[in-house]
Amino acid sequence: MATSAAVTIAPTARVSRGLWHDAFRRLMRNRPAIVGLTCIAIFVFGAVFAPLIAPYGPTVGELSNSLQGPSLAHIMGTDLQGYDEFSRVLYGARISLTVGVIAVVFGLIGGTTVGAIAGGAGGLVDGFLMRVIDVLLAVPGILLAIGIVAWLGHGEIQIMLAVGISYSPIFARLLRGSLLALRESDYVIAARSMGASPVRILLRHMLPNALTPLIVQATLAAATAIIDVAGLGFLGLGPGDPRIAEWGEMLTDSSRFLQSAPYLIFFPGAAIVISAVGFNLLGDGLREALDPRLKR
Amino acid sequence: MSTVVDLNGESPAAEGRTVGPPPAADVLLEVRGLKTYFHVMDGTVAAVDGVDFQLKRGETLGLVGESGCGKSVTSLTIMRLVDIPPGEIVAGEVWFDGREILSLPMAEMRKIRGADMSMIFQEPMTSLNPVFTVGNQIAEAVKAHRPVSNREAWNRGVEMLAAVGIPAPERRAKQYPHELSGGMRQRVMIAMALSCDPKLVIADEPTTALDVTIQAQILELIKAMQERTGAALLLITHDLAVVAETVQRMAVMYAGKIVETGTAEDVLLDPKHPYTQGLITSIPSNVPRGQRLNVIRGTVPNPFRMPAGCRFEPRCPLVFEPCRDFDPPLRTTDLDRRAACWLHYPPSERPTVSDVAVPSAPVRTERVGKR
Ligand SMILES: Nc1ncnc2c1ncn2[C@@H]1O[C@H](COP(=O)(O)OP(=O)(O)O)[C@@H](O)[C@H]1O
Ligand code: SF4
Ligand SMILES: [Mg+2]
Repeated sequence: MATSAAVTIAPTARVSRGLWHDAFRRLMRNRPAIVGLTCIAIFVFGAVFAPLIAPYGPTVGELSNSLQGPSLAHIMGTDLQGYDEFSRVLYGARISLTVGVIAVVFGLIGGTTVGAIAGGAGGLVDGFLMRVIDVLLAVPGILLAIGIVAWLGHGEIQIMLAVGISYSPIFARLLRGSLLALRESDYVIAARSMGASPVRILLRHMLPNALTPLIVQATLAAATAIIDVAGLGFLGLGPGDPRIAEWGEMLTDSSRFLQSAPYLIFFPGAAIVISAVGFNLLGDGLREALDPRLKR
Repeated sequence: MSTVVDLNGESPAAEGRTVGPPPAADVLLEVRGLKTYFHVMDGTVAAVDGVDFQLKRGETLGLVGESGCGKSVTSLTIMRLVDIPPGEIVAGEVWFDGREILSLPMAEMRKIRGADMSMIFQEPMTSLNPVFTVGNQIAEAVKAHRPVSNREAWNRGVEMLAAVGIPAPERRAKQYPHELSGGMRQRVMIAMALSCDPKLVIADEPTTALDVTIQAQILELIKAMQERTGAALLLITHDLAVVAETVQRMAVMYAGKIVETGTAEDVLLDPKHPYTQGLITSIPSNVPRGQRLNVIRGTVPNPFRMPAGCRFEPRCPLVFEPCRDFDPPLRTTDLDRRAACWLHYPPSERPTVSDVAVPSAPVRTERVGKR
């Protein structure tokens, strides 16, 4: 049977390339994920090129022009200050997407660090960290975020930190749970039987296999983060400067004109919903694409 | 819930223990009085309860016994892969290649694992990391023990895949485990286990999870690789047919203890222990057509309520006076044969009720700590 002798070949295909390549291919075949990705892409495009696409600046307008319904000049109408709503929705995407995504990144960094220490070290360290996490989890996330913003003051960084901290317990829990389950998995025991060091086991055998749920959860969290950031804005805890276009604050500002100018609620609201749904669809698609055990 | 001690929950070294003298130089592995217990919610399971055996360099030994008798725990203890807690190595010595390895610091033990002793597991479907290619996993194992470049390690992986009969090894090396069949994956596991030329390979039920048609091939491969590399083989199985075809010597295990040892031929043709006799006569092919199968009556004892005397006593057809109260130690019966049964002791050496009963106390510990 063993006919071929040792053959010298160049290990051309790098592992991660193959793995991510496969996942990407599976993702591209997932229709809902493509829809989600498209939604996100439209907003990212709008946010990046807002100065080019937006017909007006976010704070350009005449009070005399206030509360105009949608028209050719202002396809989404104008708000109380006479600013162009379409332009503000585009500029608002910058705030909502960056703040939302960076908040999730903060949450990931904090949560995975805590989770990796807890799941890796175990014992008393694990017990202590998990009790802290339990306390954080007992407080509703948005309430926690409100408290943190109230404490740290207004500003984009504060919002990112607040939302990030309120998400970190979920990531910590998720990673710790995966790591504990993976410790017992056959391939981790097999790797130990081959003499792999604890650090290598954690970094190479456990974390990559714990990554999938984290990536999925992070994408889904981006959806709620956008809503949370808007929620903070709606509650008056958005970026300090009122001239900054932010979807949540736009909702608050226009809620007084629900009767006379419902379009002012509709467009920023739709932007929040569509971007959140986009991240949700992408998250679900990733869940399937990243599982190498699922056949095409 | 069980607490986690360190990242890998490995058996901490019992450093500074006093150990006996090392075995002879031709002995690769000697297990002495090994006891591994698990402290669980309902008490303590004496999974391995006083196991002794020896494996010479290049020799093949089969460890057989019913499921749950402690075969896997024995092998995991030798590799120091038992989770502590809930496990505890209560007593015993494991001499490997001239060193008592239960006393080694974990860092030393890690150098031995994979390099000098390695293991083939029962479940090829789940024993490979799903997110890395098989070539990469073998290469990683090689790099853990040898100062080689990535390229050399990869080439060694391909070479090993070829050696275990995987066609187109350079292509297979780039595949993920889920792209291979169970038999192929077990070949990969064998390739990995042998990649650093170990002195001892432990194969824990390596064919149990495979299709019957593949089992013979894998067994054949293990045998061929053992002969080619000269490694000693500890083959764990519950299948006597596997033992008959593969190994030189065998040890029969029952309820955490070795009850009989000898050459595979001797033990299979002339079993001394009533349990071994029961095992052999319960193989369908050993019984003439039409005749009833001789099944060992009863079931393995409850691990929390081990019989005080001989552990096989509740099921033994030959039970007699000393069996209920006294646990028979292994005794040399023939040249190179040992059995743990009072039948093989001369009457003068059998304990009687008048003797102070020193039964191996059934392990019945109350809940340990708050779990
Ligand atoms: N991690 C563990 N915790 C508690 N009990 C265990 C553990 N591992 C094994 N055991 C117990 O030890 C005994 C022997 O198991 P094992 O060695 O796996 O048997 P086998 O001979 O089938 O390989 C069984 O009763 C099993 O329940
Ligand atoms: S010691 Fe007694 S009970 Fe145990 S196997 Fe021998 S005869 Fe049977
Ligand atoms: Mg087993």
